[in-house]
Amino acid sequence: MKKRKERIDRGIKARSSDIFALLSWREMLYLAAPRLLPVIVCLLLPLLLGPYWQKVLLSVAVVALLAISWDILAQTGMVSLGQALFFGVGAYCSGAMNHYWGLSPVLTIPIASLLGGLICTLILLPVLRLRGIYFSMVTLIIPLILVRIVEATKIFGGTEGLSGMTPLPSTWFELYLSMAVLLAVLFGFRRMMDSDYGLVLKGINDNDRSVINAGINIYWFKAQSLFIAGAIGAFCGAFMTHVYMFVGMPVFALDYSILPIAAAVVGGPGTLAGATLGAFILVPMSEALRGFGGLRIVLYGVFLVVFIVALPEGIFHYIQRKYHQIERWVEVDK
Amino acid sequence: MTDAPILSVSELSKNFGGVRALNQVSFDLQPGELLGVIGPNGSGKTTLVNLITRFVKPTSGEVFFKGKKISHLPPYKIVRLGIARTFQMVKPFYQLPAYKNMIIPLYSPRMRQLAGGHYGDRDAMALDLLEEVGFERDAHVAYKTAGALPQGYLKRLELAKALALQPDLFILDELFSGLSLAEVASIVPIIEKIRMAGKTIIMIEHRLKELFRIADRVIVMNYGEKIADGPAEAVMEDEAVKSAYLGTEAG
Ligand SMILES: Nc1ncnc2c1ncn2[C@@H]1O[C@H](COP(=O)(O)OP(=O)(O)OP(=O)(O)O)[C@@H](O)[C@H]1O
Ligand SMILES: [Mg+2]
Repeated sequence: MKKRKERIDRGIKARSSDIFALLSWREMLYLAAPRLLPVIVCLLLPLLLGPYWQKVLLSVAVVALLAISWDILAQTGMVSLGQALFFGVGAYCSGAMNHYWGLSPVLTIPIASLLGGLICTLILLPVLRLRGIYFSMVTLIIPLILVRIVEATKIFGGTEGLSGMTPLPSTWFELYLSMAVLLAVLFGFRRMMDSDYGLVLKGINDNDRSVINAGINIYWFKAQSLFIAGAIGAFCGAFMTHVYMFVGMPVFALDYSILPIAAAVVGGPGTLAGATLGAFILVPMSEALRGFGGLRIVLYGVFLVVFIVALPEGIFHYIQRKYHQIERWVEVDK
Repeated sequence: MTDAPILSVSELSKNFGGVRALNQVSFDLQPGELLGVIGPNGSGKTTLVNLITRFVKPTSGEVFFKGKKISHLPPYKIVRLGIARTFQMVKPFYQLPAYKNMIIPLYSPRMRQLAGGHYGDRDAMALDLLEEVGFERDAHVAYKTAGALPQGYLKRLELAKALALQPDLFILDELFSGLSLAEVASIVPIIEKIRMAGKTIIMIEHRLKELFRIADRVIVMNYGEKIADGPAEAVMEDEAVKSAYLGTEAG
C-alpha cells in the first residue's frame, strides 16, 4: 500500500467550501481545536497558577483586551496611541460612581464600560475626520491632558486619587470574570469583524472612497467602532479600579497605551486572536525579566525587536499558516 | 425635451491652487438621456464628476438633482438620492473574492430605503448582480479574489457596484479605458440594458467610436471649459472641437 502526504483540511475543503461535511473525529478536532484551545487555557490557567502569577494573569487579560480594542480601531483605519484614555476614563467612571454614590461593582463595571465608551467617543468625535498620524497624535495627547486636568483642578481626589473602593468578592471572581470577558470579547468581535458589518469597517480602512460611494456615512461607522473599542478599554479600567481598590492619575499612564500596541503587533494585527496571543506572551515575559533589574527593559526591547524581525507577519499568522499545513498519511491506490 | 431635467449643473467651477480645473460649466440632462463627456487629458472631466458627486467641493456653482439642490450635501447623501458613479482608477479590495466586493454597496442605506428595510441574502444578491455584468456563474469567476482578475472583470465589478445601488443616474468615468475591443463590445449591451430600464447615464470616454454609437448627446471639454454640446455628428464638425482634439492628438 503506497502512501502520500496530504493536508488534513484537504478532504474538508474538497467536499464543500462552505458547509463542512465532517467525516471523522480527526477532522472535527481539526476544526474545533483552535476554538477550544483558548477556552480550555483560560479556564484552567487560574487553577494552575500560584497567587503571584494569578495577579499577572489579570494583567494579561487587561493588556489582551486593550490590544483587541486597539486592533478593532486599527482595522477601521484609526491607529490609536492612547489606549490609556479608554482605560483611564473607565477607571474614573467606576471609581467615582463607587466612591461618591456607593454603587456596587456589579453596577459600576458595566455602567462605566458603556459610559466610558460613550465619553471617549464624544471626546474623539471632533477629530474623527483626521487621518493617519494626525488622529494618532491626538489620541496620544488627550490622556496626558486629562492627567494634568485632574492634577490642577483636584477633581476625583486630585494627585491623591480615590481609595477604599469596594473590592470584588474574591480573587477567583476577578480571575474568572476577566477570563470570561476576554473570551466573549475575543470570539464575539472576531465574529463581528467577519460579518458584513465588519467588512464595512475594514473597507473604511482599505479604501474609504468606495465605502462613501455606497452611500455609507463613514464617520457614523467610525464612531461606532470607536464606541466598541472605548467600551472594551473602559471595562479594563473599571475592572482594575475594583481590583486595586484605588483610582488615581496612574490610570492614564503611557504603559496602557504602549503595551497593547506591542502585544497586537507581535501577535499579529487584524485578527484579534493575535492581539490576545501577544498579551499572553509579552506580559509574562516582562514579569519573568524582573530578576534582571535595570536590564529588564533592555532585554524586553531586544525580544520585541527579535519577534518583529523574525515574524513580521505576527506570531498568530505564522501559527495559523503552519496549522493549515499540518499533514497526514493517506493511502494511495496502485 | 419638455420634461424637467433630472440633473442640472449651473456654472460649476473648481480651482486647485492656481489651476482652474473647471470653469463655469453648465448643462441640463433629461431623464433617460445618455450623455457622453469627452475631451483631451486633463480637460476637467473627472473633476466635473467629482464636483457633481461632491467627492470634491466646488469653488462655485450649483448642482440640482430632480429639482433639489445637492451641491451642499456630503457625498454619501448624494449617493442615497440615487446617483452612483464609477471611478476611473478602479481600486477593489484586492484580497477579497469578487463577490465580497459587492457587500459594501449592498450594505448601503439606499438598499434599506428601496427595499423598505427588508434585505435578502447579500451574498446571493452579489452573485446575481455579477452574473448580470458578465461574471460567468458556471466558471465561478465571482469567487476569485479581485487581485487575480484581469482589468476587464475589475471594470465590470465597478459597474456591478454601481448597479447594486439601483441609482437613477449613473456616472461612468472611463469605464472602457484599458479594455480590449472585445471587452468593450461585451460591456456595451449591459449599458444598453441599463438604458432600456429608463436610467439616465453620463459616460466619460476617450473611446469615441464606441461612445458615439450609444450616446444621445455629447459634451466636449477643453481646459476646464465646455466648448461644445450637442449630437455627436454635429459636435465633431465644430471648429473649436476639431482644433482642441486634433491639436492635442496630432501635436
Ligand atoms: N486633486 C487635485 N489637485 C490638484 N489638481 C488637480 C486635482 N485633480 C485634478 N487636478 C487638475 O485638474 C485638471 C483636470 O483634471 P481631471 O482629472 O479632471 O482631467 P480629466 O479630463 O479627467 O483627464 P483624464 O482624461 O486624464 O482623466 C488637471 O490639470 C489636473 O492636474
Ligand atoms: Mg479623468
